[in-house]
Amino acid sequence: MSEPGLVIDAVSKRYGTVVALEKMSFDVRPGELFGFVGSNGAGKTTTMRIALGVLAADAGEVRFAGSPVTHETRRHIGYMPEERGLYPKMKVGEQLVYLARLHGMSAADAKASTQRWTERLGVAGRRDDEVQKLSLGNQQRVQLAAALVHEPRILVLDEPFSGLDPVAVDVMSEVLKEKAGEGVPVVFSSHQLDLVERLCDRVGIVRSGRMEALGSVAELRAGGTVRLLVTAPRAPEGWAAALPGVTVLGRDGSVTELELADGADDQAVLRAALATGPVHEFARKLPSLTELFRSVVTEHHQEVAA
Amino acid sequence: MSAPDVRMSPMAGVGLVATREISTRLKSKAYRISTLVQLILIVAAVVVLKLVSGSSGPDATVGYVPAAAPLSAPLVATAKSVGQDIATEPVANDQEGLAKLKDGSIDALLVQGADRVHVQVQKDLDNNLKNVLTVLEGQIALNGQITGLGGDPAKVHAAVAGATIDELPPLEKPYDYNGQQLVLGIVAGVLIYLSLLLNGQTVAQGVVEEKTSRVVELLLSTIKPWQLMAGKVLGIGVVGLIQMVAIGVVGLAAGLGLGVLTISVSAAIGTVVWLVVWYLLGFFMYSIVFAALGALVSRQEDVGGAVAPALMLVIAGYVVGISVLPSDPSNKFAEVLSVIPVFAPTLMPMRLAMGGVPVWEAVVSVGLVVLLIPALIWLAARIYRNAVMRTGAKVKLSEALRAA
Repeated sequence: MSEPGLVIDAVSKRYGTVVALEKMSFDVRPGELFGFVGSNGAGKTTTMRIALGVLAADAGEVRFAGSPVTHETRRHIGYMPEERGLYPKMKVGEQLVYLARLHGMSAADAKASTQRWTERLGVAGRRDDEVQKLSLGNQQRVQLAAALVHEPRILVLDEPFSGLDPVAVDVMSEVLKEKAGEGVPVVFSSHQLDLVERLCDRVGIVRSGRMEALGSVAELRAGGTVRLLVTAPRAPEGWAAALPGVTVLGRDGSVTELELADGADDQAVLRAALATGPVHEFARKLPSLTELFRSVVTEHHQEVAA
Repeated sequence: MSAPDVRMSPMAGVGLVATREISTRLKSKAYRISTLVQLILIVAAVVVLKLVSGSSGPDATVGYVPAAAPLSAPLVATAKSVGQDIATEPVANDQEGLAKLKDGSIDALLVQGADRVHVQVQKDLDNNLKNVLTVLEGQIALNGQITGLGGDPAKVHAAVAGATIDELPPLEKPYDYNGQQLVLGIVAGVLIYLSLLLNGQTVAQGVVEEKTSRVVELLLSTIKPWQLMAGKVLGIGVVGLIQMVAIGVVGLAAGLGLGVLTISVSAAIGTVVWLVVWYLLGFFMYSIVFAALGALVSRQEDVGGAVAPALMLVIAGYVVGISVLPSDPSNKFAEVLSVIPVFAPTLMPMRLAMGGVPVWEAVVSVGLVVLLIPALIWLAARIYRNAVMRTGAKVKLSEALRAA
């Protein structure tokens, strides 16, 4: 297999004159947790809906294990739509069995799997209750069970963590890691960037229907502009201002935060700092995912303003 | 990760959806109760009919004092000649007669003598009875005249009775509508109308339920829109059919068993078979339209408005049928409408149950509906596919039709 995993290849979609997706491309490798982040309306949900065949793309292709995703392969995808939804008046157990069977499981397998997942997600005691009688948190667990009950080979989850209590967040994280551990490509969108940073092997940041940044969290953080934190208690105000390629971002007591332009020499900064007296700390600061995300989104605002 | 590829035929998907609809609805209390209530109602109606028809005695009972006794036999004979069934009852005297009038055991009392009709009633003289008595009085007068002219009244009457017109065979044989079949037709019309109304609405509501609860997105990630729509229509159709057959069979069995229905068993079965055929045709024709119209809206409150245009056609057919056919089963307007597909499901089963429908009309009406259904499926699937994922405001029909 030349191209394992799930590949979204140059998928475009427009609604009238509104461009929802413009050559959206990324891949999710087997066993990988892929975080899909972006502001509201950036195109995350549209991308996922197209991957699931709920929406049709105008152009581009979605492939799994090297071949285009068809109606048959889609049965192997576990999906959690952004718009949560189950039959409110149907019993939890019956509902999960029904969904598993729609995904092509035999009645017996569907039953066994329903049992297994309701136990795993802590809603086994509610199997005979109607979904509408469950608390919101438990409904979310059932929703996750609905995505997992047919033992999918791909997981596509739209905002799986929204509305979960901390315990449920832990259960969800564990299940996702476990699934990835089994070799399943897992893609999920989220606004909880700290969670994405902690969980995901790779992250894609989307903006206005385009993939703006793509890579492992470490790569993305390292790829941004270099920032330095210098603790030099005796340095005077403006000690670094004249250094070539250096922008002073701010000073907090003895700590000065600097940004280096491409090619600027950090050793020159260190020498300048030492020239002012003792230097207690000289460190590269990697931006957090949140900061990266902000910078991607701000660039956009600047473009719009320009 | 080498799970076998899932091979599920499109029909298996439809079957799963239909099975869910059937089991959910059969388990629902509302369905069980409504079916039971309808069964009880139809049996009760049959029993009431039985009681009403069982009490059929003579149209009127007339008492007579001994002096008026010679009028008794002519009265019964005269009544019979004008299609009335009158019983007579001798009373000993005026007092006893008046008492019987008062307690209602006789409707009228003949008093005084047999020279002419002297009638006493409690309150008012029934028109039919009055006619009979007037004719009788006329005959008495006639008898007097005949006797006066030296003739024999008995001979004259025999001659009059023997006079008949020479009736040539009719050019077109009219269909002899049977009263019971007319009633069956009305019942068939009501049943079809109600089940189209209820089950059609159920389909629309079911579509909206999936939209409102957003479960539709999850479903459409595994099956195609047409499978979901077809499964729903099929499932609800089967549930409605079970109800319809139960009511038809129980109603006819009760009717035949209690002797209220005296039409032949084969005619009764024919009625049920036609009822089922037209229920299926009408249901599939209308419910796919209802499913498409239901997909346009996102809230249960809006279902009524969305399906109203289609519902009007069902109601129009029914209203024409129920108001025209019972009194005029061969009405030309109803006959024409009953062949047109949108009105056929309500009108044709009524006409078929009443009888006298030419074979070609029955065949053409079925054929037209059968031809229309695939076109409607295509159209409805298009609307459904385009509208079912769009929540929020009502989707315009023109938009749903246009969008690819």
